Formats: sequence, C-alpha cells, structure tokens
Amino acid sequence: MIRALGRMGISAFGWLGRSWIFLFYVLSGMFGVIKRWRDLISQLYSIGVLSLVIIVVSGFFVGMVLGLQGYNTLVDFGAAESLGVVVALSLVRELGPVVAALLFAGRAGSALTAEIGLMKSTEQISAMEMMAVDPLHRVVAPRLLAGVIAMPLLAAIFSAVGVYGGYFVGVGLLGVDDGAFWSQMQSAVDFHEDVMNGVIKSIVFGFVVTWIAVFEGYDTIPTSEGISRATTRTVVNSSLAILALDFVLTAIMFD
Amino acid sequence: MVLDQQTTEPLVRAEGLSFERGDRVIFDKVNIEIPRGKITAIMGPSGCGKTTLLRLIAGQLKPKTGTIFVDGLEVPRLSRKDLFTLRKRMSMLFQSGALLTDLSVFDNVAFPLVEHTDLSEEAIRTLVLMKLEAVGLRGARDLMPSELSGGMARRVALARAIALDPMMIMYDEPFTGQDPISMGVLIRLIKLMNDAMHLTSIVVSHDVKETLSIADYVYILSAGKVVGKGTPDSLQTAGSEWVKQFLNALPDGPVRFHYPADDLAKDLVSGDRS
Repeated sequence: MIRALGRMGISAFGWLGRSWIFLFYVLSGMFGVIKRWRDLISQLYSIGVLSLVIIVVSGFFVGMVLGLQGYNTLVDFGAAESLGVVVALSLVRELGPVVAALLFAGRAGSALTAEIGLMKSTEQISAMEMMAVDPLHRVVAPRLLAGVIAMPLLAAIFSAVGVYGGYFVGVGLLGVDDGAFWSQMQSAVDFHEDVMNGVIKSIVFGFVVTWIAVFEGYDTIPTSEGISRATTRTVVNSSLAILALDFVLTAIMFD
Repeated sequence: MVLDQQTTEPLVRAEGLSFERGDRVIFDKVNIEIPRGKITAIMGPSGCGKTTLLRLIAGQLKPKTGTIFVDGLEVPRLSRKDLFTLRKRMSMLFQSGALLTDLSVFDNVAFPLVEHTDLSEEAIRTLVLMKLEAVGLRGARDLMPSELSGGMARRVALARAIALDPMMIMYDEPFTGQDPISMGVLIRLIKLMNDAMHLTSIVVSHDVKETLSIADYVYILSAGKVVGKGTPDSLQTAGSEWVKQFLNALPDGPVRFHYPADDLAKDLVSGDRS
C-alpha cells in the first residue's frame, strides 16, 4: 500500500518534471519557428481554421440559450432591455474563453496528441533526431505557438457569434428592443475590464491546452493503446486544467 | 602517421558496455569494435538488444556502465549540440523506413539537405535526384510515403540516409518482411553504397544468409553477451555449437526445440490440466 503510494508519487512528479523540461526545450526553439513561418501557417490552419466550424456553431447555440434564459429571468423584473449586457458579459468574461477552450481541447488538442504520438510510434521522431533535427523545435514548437495564437482568436469569434445568437433569440424572436440591446451592452461592457481579461484567459488556456496536448503526444508509449490513452488524458487533463485555471484567473481578475 | 592511426582505428568502439531495461539486462560488459570502411553485421535472436545497440551508438540511449566511442568522440558524454553535430555524419535506416508521412518522396530526401545546408533550391534538386537515381526511384519522386511498398519506402529512406554523405550508416533489420526481389535489391544497394561511397556500415539483422553474403565481419549477440565474432567463414567452421545452430537455423541444439516440461508419458497419464 505504502509502496504503491510512493510509486504513484514518483510517477506523478516524474511526469511533472518531464513536462517542464519538455516545455523549456520547446520554448528554446521558438526563434526558429519565426524563420520557418510556413510551418506555423500550416499549423494555424489545421489547429485554428479547421476548428472554426465547431466554434461558430457552438457559439451560436450558447448565445441563443443565453438569450432565452436571460430573457425569462429578466422579464420578471421588467429589465428585458438589459439582455444584451447579460449575454455579452457572460460570453466575454466566462463562456467565450472557457467553452471555446473546452471545444479546442476536444477538437485540436486530441488531434495534436494523436498526430505526435503516431509520429513517435512510426519512428518519425526518432528518425528526425537521427538526422540531427530536433523534433522539439521542428515539430512541437510551431504547434505550441499556433495553439497560443489560435485560441484567443477562436474565443473571440465564439463570443461574437454568441452575441448574435443572443440577439437573434432576444430581439428577433422575443421582441426585446433592438436599440436598447446594443446600447446597454455598449455602455456596460468595459474593454479593459471585461474584454481584455477574457482575451488573457483564452491565451492562458490556449497555452496550457496545447502544452498538455503536445507533451502527451511526445511522452506517449508508442503503441496503439498508449496513443489512445494519451489522447484521452489530453482531453481530460486539459478540461480540468481549463476549469481550475478559470477559477484562479477569475479570482485574480474580478475580485 | 596521424592519417595512418585514423584509418586503422575502428570507427566505433564499445568498451565494457552494460545496459538494462527495468530489471532486464540487455548488455553485460560487451566489447565491440566496428572497423572503418567495412560492413559489420550484428546478429542474434529477436529481443537480444540489436536495435538497442544502434540507439546506444547513436546516443539516443545512455549506457549504464561502460562507454562508446564513435570516430574518437565519447558518445554518452557529448552535449546535445555536439551529439547533433556528430549525427550529421551518421545515418540510420529504420526498419519501417520512418519517412515523414506529410512530405513527398522528393521532400523526404531533401529534408536533411534543407535543414543542414545553405544550398540553393537548384543544387538541392540535383542532389536529391542523384540520390534517388542511386536507389532507382527517381521516377517515384512525387509519390507520398503511403503510396510506396515496404521495399520502396526503405530505398527512399536509404536515399535520405546518404543525402548528407555520412561516414557511417546503421541498418536496423533492413531485410525483414521483404519479397525476394526487393531483398536482392537491398542487399546489392547496401554493398554498393558501402564500396562506392567508402562508408562504414553496420547491419543489424537476423536474416542469416542475406547478411552473411555481404558482411565483412560478424558479431553474434545472445543474452547480453557477444557469443561469437569473426568473418562469416571462420564463424561457420570455428563457432560454438550455439553459433552453428543459429547460423544454420537448426531446429534443435543448445537452444532446445521444447520448452522445459515434465516427461511426456508422465504428463499424459497424470490427467492434470494445470
């Protein structure tokens, strides 16, 4: 029992240590990524652009639900005109960064883990090392940077589409006043306090999710079972990390 | 004088090399010397650590005790930077070919040139086409790795391995799973490359006939030790019983056909199912 506990402890700390050393090496190769901007563009496409559909569709639905729920609550107090504020604040402060990051972890994070894991199991990573090309710089660094760039953009698109979803339900279907919806939103949402903090959140989430995804892929046991486990771990660990970090960041930003 | 010393000294020297994986001893104080300009075969049963030896030579793994010199450099003590500099002068041909699946055949062969040289696009194109011509696949340059057969993938990997004109190529099980024709092609290519480019080749394999046909010197490994070494001819005549069983693929010998068990007659009448 004690031995098992010790073994778990050692493996957990080993994992943690490996992931930080890994990050250090990857970051040391970031300058090279600028030189190889073509790689970065193609990663931005596969990580960012290909995630757009799920982000846009989910954003619209989340916005519509917010519009519906917000209206039902607000109308009792005769404050239905504030719907725009409710929808916009919920999205830019919380739901935009968090839900977009969760979707990003499921869509792009799992793909990254599986891709790098398969490269490892087919000896492509080893082959690169043997050709004196550092896979951490060549394969991992552009993916990490692409994740950090793509995430805030995706979260912003999610929030923007969500606002239109709320508008569609609130103004289009439930008859909230068009002008009040936008003007109240404009006066209540602060650029620095709300929007920028949301952007900072999503940059942090993008970094953490992509870090977990590329590390799990690189650290995987190169068998089909190992890759499937690593992919699952990516989604589970990054979802937990997003939610935990969201609480911490919210506590710091909006105290 | 210096030149003399350089040419006679073995290119790779493993001294008292020990390596363990978990509780399993892979190598136990093994000494191996790989002469320059020759084809040296490392043979042995599956799981005896042949591929591990290549990874130790390449510095992808570190020995537990003992050390390895490659061209006078002590591999386990090299910094990551120096190790990468050394690796530009050696190549490894992986069992699967290990081609980068998102690049075409042409780009795979061009990869080391693009990464490590400042050559113009035109010069790289010329070099790549020449390397592909050498392995007979110039016409396949626009194919993707998924469109190649196993033998073709290995030949492309060989073209990639010689792209930077290395001093040494390590072949990891180059003959496994090949049909007779592509096997013959690979054997010829390995021999041809070695002689024409003055390479040093290390061939890890358990395909006895094919390997012995091109090897200048052979090491046979088993259970973490070197159990036989010498030229192919001397091993056939002077090797131990075990070596003879291995080289001639005899079903019975020091390595028994039967897994240890009780007496058959006793076992049959006992009726015990466990």
